[in-house]
Amino acid sequence: MLRYLLSRLGRALVTLVLIVSAAFIVLRLSGDPAITILGPEAPPEAYAAFRAAWGLDQPIWMQYLKYFGAIAQGDLGNSMRDGRTALEVVGERVPMTLAITLPAFALNLLIGLPAGIFAALNRNTWADRAIMAGSVMGFTVPSFVMGLVLALIFAVKLRWLPSGGSDTISHAILPVVTMGVIGAAVIARFTRSAMLEVLGQPYVRTASAKGLVWREVIVGHVLPNAAIPTLTIIGFMVGSLVAGAVVVESIFSWPGVGRLLVTAVANRDLAVVQVIILMIGTTMVGANLAVDLAYGWVDPRLRTARLKTA
Amino acid sequence: MTSPDLSAPATEGETPLLSVRGLARHYPVRLPGGLFGRPGLLKAVDGIDFDLARGETLGLVGESGCGKSTTAKLALGLIPPSAGEIRFDGAPAPAPARQDAAWRARRRRMQMVYQDPLGALDRRLGILDQIAEPFAIHAPATPRGEARERAAALMDAVGLRPDMAARFPHELSGGQRQRVVIARALALEPDLLVCDEPVSALDVSIQAQVLNLLDDLRARTGFASLFISHDLKVVRQMADRVAVMYLGRIVEEGPPETLFRAPLHPYAQALVAAVPVPGRRRARTALRGDPPNPVDAPPGCPFHPRCPVAIARCATERPPLLRDAGRAVACHLAPASPAPASPTPASPPHAAVSAAA
Amino acid sequence: MSAIPDPTSEPTSPASGSVFTAKAGARAFFEAWPPMVLIALAWIALCLVVVAFAPQIAPYDFLALDLRARLIPPVGMGGDWAHPLGTDELGRDVLSRLIQSVRVSMVIAFLSTLIAATLGVSLGFLAAWFRGRVEQAILMLIDAQAAMPFMIIALAALAFLGNSLTLFTILLGFHGWERIARISRGLAIAAQEQGYAAAVRDLGASPWRIYFRHILPNIASTLIVSMSLNFPEVILLESGLSFLGLGVQPPLTSLGNMVGYGRDYIQSAPWIMLAPAAAIVITTLAISVIGDWLRDRFDPTLR
Repeated sequence: MLRYLLSRLGRALVTLVLIVSAAFIVLRLSGDPAITILGPEAPPEAYAAFRAAWGLDQPIWMQYLKYFGAIAQGDLGNSMRDGRTALEVVGERVPMTLAITLPAFALNLLIGLPAGIFAALNRNTWADRAIMAGSVMGFTVPSFVMGLVLALIFAVKLRWLPSGGSDTISHAILPVVTMGVIGAAVIARFTRSAMLEVLGQPYVRTASAKGLVWREVIVGHVLPNAAIPTLTIIGFMVGSLVAGAVVVESIFSWPGVGRLLVTAVANRDLAVVQVIILMIGTTMVGANLAVDLAYGWVDPRLRTARLKTA
Repeated sequence: MTSPDLSAPATEGETPLLSVRGLARHYPVRLPGGLFGRPGLLKAVDGIDFDLARGETLGLVGESGCGKSTTAKLALGLIPPSAGEIRFDGAPAPAPARQDAAWRARRRRMQMVYQDPLGALDRRLGILDQIAEPFAIHAPATPRGEARERAAALMDAVGLRPDMAARFPHELSGGQRQRVVIARALALEPDLLVCDEPVSALDVSIQAQVLNLLDDLRARTGFASLFISHDLKVVRQMADRVAVMYLGRIVEEGPPETLFRAPLHPYAQALVAAVPVPGRRRARTALRGDPPNPVDAPPGCPFHPRCPVAIARCATERPPLLRDAGRAVACHLAPASPAPASPTPASPPHAAVSAAA
Repeated sequence: MSAIPDPTSEPTSPASGSVFTAKAGARAFFEAWPPMVLIALAWIALCLVVVAFAPQIAPYDFLALDLRARLIPPVGMGGDWAHPLGTDELGRDVLSRLIQSVRVSMVIAFLSTLIAATLGVSLGFLAAWFRGRVEQAILMLIDAQAAMPFMIIALAALAFLGNSLTLFTILLGFHGWERIARISRGLAIAAQEQGYAAAVRDLGASPWRIYFRHILPNIASTLIVSMSLNFPEVILLESGLSFLGLGVQPPLTSLGNMVGYGRDYIQSAPWIMLAPAAAIVITTLAISVIGDWLRDRFDPTLR
């Protein structure tokens, strides 16, 4: 088990390094930030001073090594715009993003899992068809369309909710619902097919043929087994929530990390973009790692394998 | 009398087409036991020598897992040997590791017929295209029309009707598919054709047809052949010379008539005795147990744990393969060498087996 | 609860009738071609016509301004048939712009999917051919790509690399390659272990011939299915990025770009935004339906 853990951790680390390197390469090799920040008409001395100040005059591999060295020391550079550390700039936005993504994630699970299970247990009834028709939405309606349609209905037409900003709790409702509904659709669809797969297995038929009460079959056999594939999609959901936050925060003028990323990218604020990418990368790698470990916990085959090798 | 080099097969003057010395193929494996499994060495082929003259057919027989197919792949240069040397036409074979241009060019002269013809054919290509493929690979300058003409001639030679040309492999019978494989293998007139259990996947009624076809083609084109089978009858029909393999080694070698009539090695005796002979009730010597795991090959003679006549020496000392007068055997109890050059030597082990049965 | 059915009473496919009737024929037809799939195919066919003949079909030039006819609502919301889908803030015909946008979005998505497929198949085959370190390196790239939401990678890359259409298309071509690479690597390795590829290798064929003449046709159906599942995702990605103003740039227009600019008029002229939004949803829905159907029909092994 320790071996499994270590190899997983090692792979996660390598992935992280690759992500950071890719970010570094793309960001540093594309255009001169000195010109972007200072404008094309600045005197040459200003450019030189700017490059020296940010270490941009050194060879690219030196910058790269220094970058990793700095990360190892927790120094992620300063925002080129307002001089504060990038970590600080990003950090103050994180709570705002969590304030909408965590409820959205909860909404995903609270709607998606029961809907998927219910649809699978009532396969081919009108309820199943309705749930599945609704869940197609999750794959075909992009979050910006969903967000704008919700804003059109609830903010523009009905005037029940504000269409943008972050002053009150009610401002959070539309962003949360937008992300929550889309993710729920994806989870419902996936849970349903995982459940159906398990329901078709011979051991489920055996269990019901043995005379187990159907409820016990579901709780004791079907749900634990259907949970295994469903876990994967939940890891994937974290990624789509992050990507969704970028769009949804832009639509609803929500001052979170996603909107910061869009403005930082537009302003070419390298340090901030890198911090955000590093943060999202760490989140994703962490989520995938958690899913992998949860596998070992849920999947009895892995559990017994662990006992044997331990 | 005994030749100076005991391990070397007898050669008849000219350089053999294929010459194999000390050939071995070992696979590192981890024995069962999870993290604590100790590493082992699976000796699929463990030091064999043989020569194959031009136009000759050498039959390789033995139980499944004895290393016949590995020997075939080694001889063709499809997998690299762990030890030993393979000379083809007097020159060392190109290394199979990189499968570079030299290696690929060598394929032209050595071809293979597989056990499962359906698996060996591309399901998405018509059979004529597949038979013509060797021309495209090794003689890309051949005009398309000519390649197709020659492929059609090959189809005719292996007994496939011209109207089958556009068919796909799954539309043919097993025997017809094997004919396609044979036609493709012979397209460039190779010097060596390795047949790995070419008929064992076929219906018994079809087997004879395919064997006759192979025999026929060999008489016409004169390729040498390494013919691998677990079926003694098949080998007897096809081979000029037979080698019996056991646990990665050759234990006996000789002409099929004498070897099958009077096998010298107790293992060969058991194999021969296991073949049912119509009209004759003979005491059968069933082999006891399974062949040992090639990872844990027993010391001494590998056959001794199952051998009905084993003596103490067999458990400690490995008998060398001794050659004499066209026959060779690796057994301490075989007629003491130097043996009288009699065609049918008195065979104590054989008698012993019969007695034991 | 009687609502819970017995899992063993799953509907089994109706036994093929031995007696052929017109009714049975129609039923068999709709079983092979479900109505949803037919509708989806019809929509995609319409899109392809639009892609091919956009300038001929569009009633107006998509850039033509008509400042006297600004923000005219579509038919059904008070407008007339001169502008069936209304006009935008500059008096440009929304239908003409929609037609042009469908064309741009579809072409970009198609080219990007093609790039992803080429990249994925090549890397997958390289991994399968070399194994060892090359394979490990490619697998690592696949892991890294899969670990990061592509939207984020694309965002960063786009804003820093600039905004040419070519670059944008190539960038989107990096979406989904890792899935295709994973699939083609797995299939190629399986094919190598199987007879036909090994047999062709034993004939002396070059890797090029083994992979592209033999293995590729054998795994093509699976690859096409996975490409068809990639396609709607690229459309969504393209429109998402264009919506944020980081994708297709004016004066050119795409579906996401239309929604993005229409968003400013959500109060006064929601149709500017709704028309392209509907086109995005219907198109991705149609391609997903077709993709699922292809998968069920041709490759049930693909998840």
